[in-house]
Amino acid sequence: MSEATTGALPSDISARSGTHDPYRIGRPHDGLHGHGSEATGHGEGGPASRFVITAYGFWIFLLSDIIIFSAFFASYAVLSRATAGGPTAPELFELPSVAVQTGLLLTSSFTSGLSSLATHRRDMAWTQIWLLTSGLLGAGFLLLEVQEFTAMIGEGAGPTRSAFLSSFFALVGCHGLHVGLGLLWLGTMMAQLWVKGFRADIRRRLHCFNLFWHALDIVWIAIFSLVYLLGVSS
Amino acid sequence: MLGKLDWSAIPFEEPIPLIAALVVFLGMVGVAAWITWKGWWGYLWREWITSVDHKRIGIMYVTLAALMLLRGFVDAIMMRTHQAATLFGEGYLPSDHYDQVFSAHGTIMIFFAAMPFIIGLMNFVVPLQLGVRDVAFPTLNSVGFWLTATGALLVNLSLVIGEFARTGWLPYAPLSELEYSPGVGVDYYLWAIQISGVGTLLTGVNLVTTILKMRAPGMGYLRMPIFCWTALASNLLIVAAFPILTATLAMLTLDRYFGFHFFTNEAGGNPMMFVNLIWAWGHPEVYILVLPAFGLFSEIFSTFSSKPLFGYRSMVAATLFICIVSFMVWLHHFFTMGAGPNVNAAFGIATSVIAVGTGVKIYNWLFTMYGGRIRFDTPMLWALGFITTFTIGGMTGVLLAVPAADFVLHNSMFLVAHFHNVIISGVLFGAFAGFTYWFPKAFGFRLHEGWGKAAFWFTLAGFILVFAPLYLVGLQGMTRRLQSVPVDAWAPYLLVALAGIGVMMLGAACQVIQLFVSIRRREELRDLTGDPWDGRSLEWSTPSPPPDFNFARLPHVEDEEPYWTIKQRAIEGQPPEAPESYEPVEMPKNSPTGFVTAFFATAIGFALIWHIWWLALIGAIGAYGTFVVFAWRDEAEYEIPASEVQRIDRARLEARRTWHERREAVG
Amino acid sequence: MSSQDHPPRHLRDFDDAAPGEEELNQREPIGGLGGYVIGFALAILLTAASFATVQTDLIYGPAVVSALVVLAIGQMGVHLVFFLHLTTGPDNTNNVLALAFGVFIVVLVVLGSIWIMWNLDYNMMRMHEVPLL
Repeated sequence: MSEATTGALPSDISARSGTHDPYRIGRPHDGLHGHGSEATGHGEGGPASRFVITAYGFWIFLLSDIIIFSAFFASYAVLSRATAGGPTAPELFELPSVAVQTGLLLTSSFTSGLSSLATHRRDMAWTQIWLLTSGLLGAGFLLLEVQEFTAMIGEGAGPTRSAFLSSFFALVGCHGLHVGLGLLWLGTMMAQLWVKGFRADIRRRLHCFNLFWHALDIVWIAIFSLVYLLGVSS
Repeated sequence: MLGKLDWSAIPFEEPIPLIAALVVFLGMVGVAAWITWKGWWGYLWREWITSVDHKRIGIMYVTLAALMLLRGFVDAIMMRTHQAATLFGEGYLPSDHYDQVFSAHGTIMIFFAAMPFIIGLMNFVVPLQLGVRDVAFPTLNSVGFWLTATGALLVNLSLVIGEFARTGWLPYAPLSELEYSPGVGVDYYLWAIQISGVGTLLTGVNLVTTILKMRAPGMGYLRMPIFCWTALASNLLIVAAFPILTATLAMLTLDRYFGFHFFTNEAGGNPMMFVNLIWAWGHPEVYILVLPAFGLFSEIFSTFSSKPLFGYRSMVAATLFICIVSFMVWLHHFFTMGAGPNVNAAFGIATSVIAVGTGVKIYNWLFTMYGGRIRFDTPMLWALGFITTFTIGGMTGVLLAVPAADFVLHNSMFLVAHFHNVIISGVLFGAFAGFTYWFPKAFGFRLHEGWGKAAFWFTLAGFILVFAPLYLVGLQGMTRRLQSVPVDAWAPYLLVALAGIGVMMLGAACQVIQLFVSIRRREELRDLTGDPWDGRSLEWSTPSPPPDFNFARLPHVEDEEPYWTIKQRAIEGQPPEAPESYEPVEMPKNSPTGFVTAFFATAIGFALIWHIWWLALIGAIGAYGTFVVFAWRDEAEYEIPASEVQRIDRARLEARRTWHERREAVG
Repeated sequence: MSSQDHPPRHLRDFDDAAPGEEELNQREPIGGLGGYVIGFALAILLTAASFATVQTDLIYGPAVVSALVVLAIGQMGVHLVFFLHLTTGPDNTNNVLALAFGVFIVVLVVLGSIWIMWNLDYNMMRMHEVPLL
């Protein structure tokens, strides 16, 4: 075996000589060519399209966001009985308001889905109308939540009263903060859509917004079930 | 007007931080003056600060990490020398300083030295190994880097304006609550980590998406290089664990700023909850650091044994196993907090089980070397130093995994020796190995071998000298974070450790000298072909340094070790041929978004620390404005013409052909 | 860089769907407007059921917790299938696996914290105990 001038040594051992393993993990192949799936992205078809890449990246980000909520949920679960002699959940939570908030957010999730259908049709008017509707419903949700918080603080049941209230305000407030930032994002994007039309990058962002908005409603399902309803029933 | 900030924040009466700050300040002024004199500001802004190229960003990450490694090392030197001094007298660091020193040491080493080093290496290498042109979200990559730099800046600012936390690198409640830490130290910690945590999360999203959705045609998951698998596992952990850190630190921030009661002693707060949540992040964090190092060592063992990695699929399985189980062991960091025998036993068993994954890897590395033709270049030396010392450190970890043993050893110097043992031999040796291994690819010339070997031997010897005595003194009962150690029985051990830190300083000096010597002698160390180590994966098929677009055409991959296949074919008489035509390549445009975002983030962080609310608001508006400006741009890419692509690729093929002809002429 | 955003229809890859993408899904139960309407209706039903669980006596007392959890999980599933177009087809494998990983972490963090903190509070004799769900 010769030594190259750079000092590298060729070797006759390589992965190729290990050749085809009929027991290899993965999808079944025809043995002759050793092909896996021809799909882009998860298969052997090369890089996925930019739409898929952007949406998947946002999906992964959403999962990280859900984990932030899970940490706040864990705190709430641990501290929900630590009322320090102060007001408790059954005394504070008003279910009618929660029901209306739930309805508003769920409907806004539905209308954002309708806006995505309109985007598929490249219908500017209906896309903007459904987006605006989602925004107004979301703003309504936020208004009711702020009213609820203000009332509680006014009664002396603010986040500084007890650990239970701290964890409640933080968890529900975190969700509300996400809704608020989402509305800011929505407004900015509606303006951008109006000015630039259904350009590819703007459609990607609209899609990401829809993912975000649906995910917020999913988190709200957990909140109204396990915080409000469960709190009232204990 | 300026919140809590006034002249008393600057430590005029404390010589050590004042002199340190002065030295750093003069150094920065000197560097700035040199850059101005050379006329490099335009080049730096265009080619580096606004760059969205993963290679440039990777190099900047590693540079930041190296600088912060030095800063953290200085803290370590201070601790060893001060403790040794207290054997004979008072030492030179009063308690509240000493507490800040060990807190800063841990915080800087984990968040601003180890993480950026590993992330920088992953950033540089992963797209090249996958055979693609960049990561999934290049501008976001730049934002992530600059936010990390913001965090580092804030931590270093605390040296001269205000103070740092005195709580240790994880600010346990209630010590970190407002009542017991009324100063700005904990706030500096909180905002620096939160801001850089956002940057790290962006990196996690970026690299997970890149690895799962962007690979060269033909590269299925099981044909990826093992470094990319470990990068995937590490980034999945980042995406899963960092949100827990964000939420927990946010809860502490709410306690401190708004009087919430998450972790206070009053009103129902639960300080133990902080410990629980923070370690639910903290344990995955150490695997975030070490998994890419494992992958890197896999590449190095394989390349320098001239053999393919043994047991590739079991390595993948072990990596994913470690990734999943790392989320099931976090309680072992607080066995002694009192959860009881059932909980302790469950987590103790899980901790022992996770060692199996690493054991699989170690056996696979040994079998990779067995029967191979081993070359003892510097990267291989670091790998061999790793595999021996890490095994010892891992075994002490399994020892600590037994709750009954941990009751004796928790928070003793035995624990300190254990985690330094695994982090230094795993992450630091891995960082140095990767740095030496991929330096030629990044810069086009190799590092000087002699100084590299000297650096290795001094660092290895110093590391053993420092930490072996600390194991022993921990078994004798010395606890961690002691400001004063007037115990004669422990004196021999601490003095040996002191000598060891001196030897490590020699190792650090060798590293720095190696860099200077290599730059000065770069022409004779030039890497002409792009493949200085006889590598096996795709990054070695590019020129050194690679062009902006990495590959003129995305390679078609047919099996594992695709580059090795290309080389074997060339040796057998089928050298790679130039394609008949080249196509123009679209690349993402550079953008100041990252730098400007970080500028506003620094303003926000500083303002929130010192309660300067109007400045925080301006910073938030500025950050939002930056986001809108970036989102509003019409031109996101620029085109590299086909003629340019052709020119570069033809040069590459020519260099390869010359190299092959020379090899055949010799052999 | 991938040069195409959405390749033309005849070149599109039917084996790799973006999360939430509706057009390419191989096993979408019902697409388009119908899908959203059905999902909306189901979600309203499940929400009403959850409120009824707590405000009436339809469910046996100690089972209320389980009922709420089951209804919540059901409604999350409705959202994932009808609004986010998540299916079990091979084009959605990446998306489902990512979700599964996230759910795994959430379960570990929440249930693990509850278990650990309950034990700690019990042993440390704290006045307010974690409710054992």
